[in-house]
Amino acid sequence: MAATTSERPKGAKLNLYGGWRAAWPFLLPSFLGFLFFFLIPSVRGIYLSFTDWNLIANDGDWVGMENYDRMVDDPLFWNAVKVTAYYVTLNIVTQTILAIMIAVAMDRLTKSSVVRSVIMLPYLIPNVVVALIFVWLLNSNLGIIADLFSFFGIDSNYFAGPDAVIPTIAGINTWRHMGYTALLIFAGLQTIPKSLYEAAALDGASELQMMRNITVPLLRPVLALVLVITVIGSFQVFDTVQVATGGFGGRPGGPGDSSRVIYVYIYELAFGRNELGRSSAIAVALLVFLMFVTFFQLKILRANESDLA
Amino acid sequence: MSTALAGMAGGRADSTGARFGRGTAWLLLALLIVATIFPFYWTLRTGLVTNASLFESNTDKSVIERILPDDPTTVNFRRVLGQATDEEILEATGRTNSASFDYLTAMKNSVIIATFIAVGQVFFSALAAYAFARLRFPGRDKLFFLYLTGMMIPPIFVLIPNLLLILGDFWVFDANGHEWLDWVPGYDASSRTFLLGRLPGVIAPFFFMTPFAVFFLRQFFLGINRSLEEAALIDGASHFRIFRSVILPIARPQMITLGVLTYITAWNEFLWPLVVTQQFPEKQPLTVALGVFTTQQPGTQPDWSGLMSGTLLAALPVIVIFMIFGKRLVDSIQFSGIK
Repeated sequence: MAATTSERPKGAKLNLYGGWRAAWPFLLPSFLGFLFFFLIPSVRGIYLSFTDWNLIANDGDWVGMENYDRMVDDPLFWNAVKVTAYYVTLNIVTQTILAIMIAVAMDRLTKSSVVRSVIMLPYLIPNVVVALIFVWLLNSNLGIIADLFSFFGIDSNYFAGPDAVIPTIAGINTWRHMGYTALLIFAGLQTIPKSLYEAAALDGASELQMMRNITVPLLRPVLALVLVITVIGSFQVFDTVQVATGGFGGRPGGPGDSSRVIYVYIYELAFGRNELGRSSAIAVALLVFLMFVTFFQLKILRANESDLA
Repeated sequence: MSTALAGMAGGRADSTGARFGRGTAWLLLALLIVATIFPFYWTLRTGLVTNASLFESNTDKSVIERILPDDPTTVNFRRVLGQATDEEILEATGRTNSASFDYLTAMKNSVIIATFIAVGQVFFSALAAYAFARLRFPGRDKLFFLYLTGMMIPPIFVLIPNLLLILGDFWVFDANGHEWLDWVPGYDASSRTFLLGRLPGVIAPFFFMTPFAVFFLRQFFLGINRSLEEAALIDGASHFRIFRSVILPIARPQMITLGVLTYITAWNEFLWPLVVTQQFPEKQPLTVALGVFTTQQPGTQPDWSGLMSGTLLAALPVIVIFMIFGKRLVDSIQFSGIK
């Protein structure tokens, strides 16, 4: 047997689908990547959360639950939770409602791939670029959108204030994501048989009734997956906040603590204050929370059951 | 009546309500397209005028009158590309040394990073996807599931551990002194700057795989007809041969789509390259260079026209790629459902 190693197997004992001997060269590169950049770092991330690791000394001692205790008692952590929750709520609500409207409108009017391409474009532009463009558009002195808003009686300084920063960032990211989200929903709409609408129309159903009794129930599995993806992405907002609030003499997460979302706080603890243990503890909490959110959402939205069956 | 009916995608019955709905829907789409294009147009328009002109038109003109640029000039774009003379810079900005970042270097870094990531990730993920879709070996489904759990991991969770890895700390619970690794090029156990501030450090975590890429390609490979490869196997072809001559040609369009998506994702990446190259301006990709440059801008009267030219130029490669592959990317949404 050993003599035939690396020889192409011939004859009756041919195993067409290989076993490990055929599989390992295919798997090796990706497995090394997975091991070094996903698996080991995950174990290490959990380990670090139980230490007081310091990046400069590159050393740390086991401190047990201390980082978690401090997290629970840390008002800045709870502030970050609150700010993030506020952002996620605003972002998801506006983005999802607009995306559904766009998807339904496209379903009615056009399957043009030019329209679909234009709608997708913002999603492909770097966050940093999008953030900078909007900082300029909303600039209190010269920004053209800020000027437009002043027609509606909104002071042009409004967007720079602590009350507006999270709604503004939610608005920017809604602009970036709504088209892409609409395309996902649009793809889901294509799976609903048109005959259902025809039958309903013959029975004299109104637009609203068709929406409520056909579109929404049959779209639910797609909508559930879209929501899981967008909610999880939303909790991880970072680039936009970092660039929009950190540039031009500002401090990331500012003004004050008003936009210090959880990612920005984790980043600040690690690289601004060199408290890698505390930073890791919050990252672990975020991981657990996001897993819970995913599970919970899929459960209540019953993503894997379609009413079409 | 019949034309109106045929015109409706859903084949809904004609009624004033439906017509009203269509009008509203067209209006919504038109607004959406304007809202999508306008910020890009305004960035271009800002880049085409001097800072002084921005101030003048702001005080003298209404919003509508400002739509077109006064005295358009390319000086800002040339400035960003390092092609403007000192006099031109003084004239455009009113400053002798306008702070800038080295756009061409950042561009080069971005191209190198995104190219390596796209090619490596797609190729190695395709190899893995072939094994998961086409081979049989014990533990296959468990390993695939393990890969998929990687999709659940938020990038910030592995950020610090990956940084430690890039600094040359290869084992989980251990930190200093890996003299036994001195043979690795660029490794220096005492200084701990192994891949920090170097492009391979930015590339490495995304080079070998992402769970999504493996998943995306496996789904596609599963759908390829087996009869061709079975004939090849019986003729004694190796699995590599089949991968190269049967699977790759069939899967080419999907691999290109995935490659383009990966390229754009790598181009847009901010957090990881920020951590790796923050102190190394000459190694920063465009996103990081632009972000860091912004933090150095003053709060009052920043160089908007220069900044917007640089911003637009940073997005330009993505826009060009999009113009070439846009339809393919849009169609891939129907295919993969979710990215």
